Amino acid sequence: MSREWPLWEIFIRSQHGLAHKHVGSLHAPDAEMAIKNARDVYTRRNEGVSIWAVRSSEIAASSPGEKGPLFEPASSKVYRHPTFFPMPDEVKHI
Amino acid sequence: MYAQMVDTGAKKLRSPEEMTPEERAFQARVDADIKIEPKDWMPEAYRKTLIRQISQHAHSEIVGMLPEGNWITRAPTLQRKAILMAKVQDEAGHGLYLYCAAETLGVSRDQMVADLHSGKAKYSSIFNYPTLTWADIGAIGWLVDGAAIMNQIPLCRCSFGPYSRAMIRVCKEESFHQRQGFDIMIKLCRGTPEQKAMAQDALNRWWWPSLMMFGPPDASSVHSAQSAQWKIKILSNDELRQRFIEQTVPQADFLGITMPDPDLKWNPERGHYDFGAIDWSELYEVVKGNGPCNRDRLRARVEAWENGAWVREAALAHAAKRAAAAEKAA
Ligand SMILES: [Fe+2]
Ligand SMILES: [Fe+2]
Repeated sequence: MSREWPLWEIFIRSQHGLAHKHVGSLHAPDAEMAIKNARDVYTRRNEGVSIWAVRSSEIAASSPGEKGPLFEPASSKVYRHPTFFPMPDEVKHI
Repeated sequence: MYAQMVDTGAKKLRSPEEMTPEERAFQARVDADIKIEPKDWMPEAYRKTLIRQISQHAHSEIVGMLPEGNWITRAPTLQRKAILMAKVQDEAGHGLYLYCAAETLGVSRDQMVADLHSGKAKYSSIFNYPTLTWADIGAIGWLVDGAAIMNQIPLCRCSFGPYSRAMIRVCKEESFHQRQGFDIMIKLCRGTPEQKAMAQDALNRWWWPSLMMFGPPDASSVHSAQSAQWKIKILSNDELRQRFIEQTVPQADFLGITMPDPDLKWNPERGHYDFGAIDWSELYEVVKGNGPCNRDRLRARVEAWENGAWVREAALAHAAKRAAAAEKAA
């Protein structure tokens, strides 16, 4: 059996000026084919105006085991949200 | 369904006391509707069952292209041909979304394809029936995609993140499939008596196999109980089948054609349609490989795979050559 085409992660930017968003993955022999295949697999209904293809093996990801040390420090810092500061009713535009 | 009779490896459902601490924590997340992601800890049986279920679902999408592909060159108008091509292309897309979801569980694409071709992995029984007339293309969109929607909408809420996201994407596209099928049925039923008879004939042949798609009654099956506990099966086969009948009968009434079931009638006490007994021996024969088209379908898939091998290899060789040239130039 021959070698499998490498896996690519596909990111699409939709029409409304939002950031590229991960939509899924696909196999392709190279970047050019990854983008062509992504067009057919992920944008059959005008879902996007721009495609990024990244080799899956090139993506560094945080591990679920680190969830605590990575994200817990933020949960106690509620003052980062504006709702932490109730404003008097008379004060407008703030 | 697109994944029928999926084995979970379970002998009996385990209580929280019988679970390891890891399993208990996992089940608690599932119970709280927190999605399980590929890198999270999961019981080995959950992972294996999902690979079986998602790959079977993917294979169904891919093999499902064959019966409809049969009519692309003979569609009655250029527009119908373009629509059918778009529909079949969507099914290829559905297969690809699902293969990717299964790959996040650590199985390779080549392995899944090999399992389909060796007969180890199954695909839905429904795609082993022939498409004899153009009306069959209408009946498939209306009934088969209709049944698929019934099954796939609850799966959007399933516990495994990649599967759930693939289902959401699929469901957005299915409604077009069902409507284009029903539109074909409307045209035929408003056409000549011969055309209407074609529509009735297609309904006669596809009705029972469509009901069998949901699988045999499974309310008391340990695999269904396990899958339900893991939230990778949301509703029982009989519940889905009843809902499908409920939504489809009035549509047939609108078309002016009738289900091939003399026992089908509204039961005002139950508030549901009663229907005749399903011949489960037919389903078991088809699943075993003895349906009208099983051998044809598998042969077509294996041939496509083998005939495409040189293209896959050439593309890889070309990519390697270009990468080497780019490196040299740098
Ligand atoms: Fe589909
Ligand atoms: Fe479909």
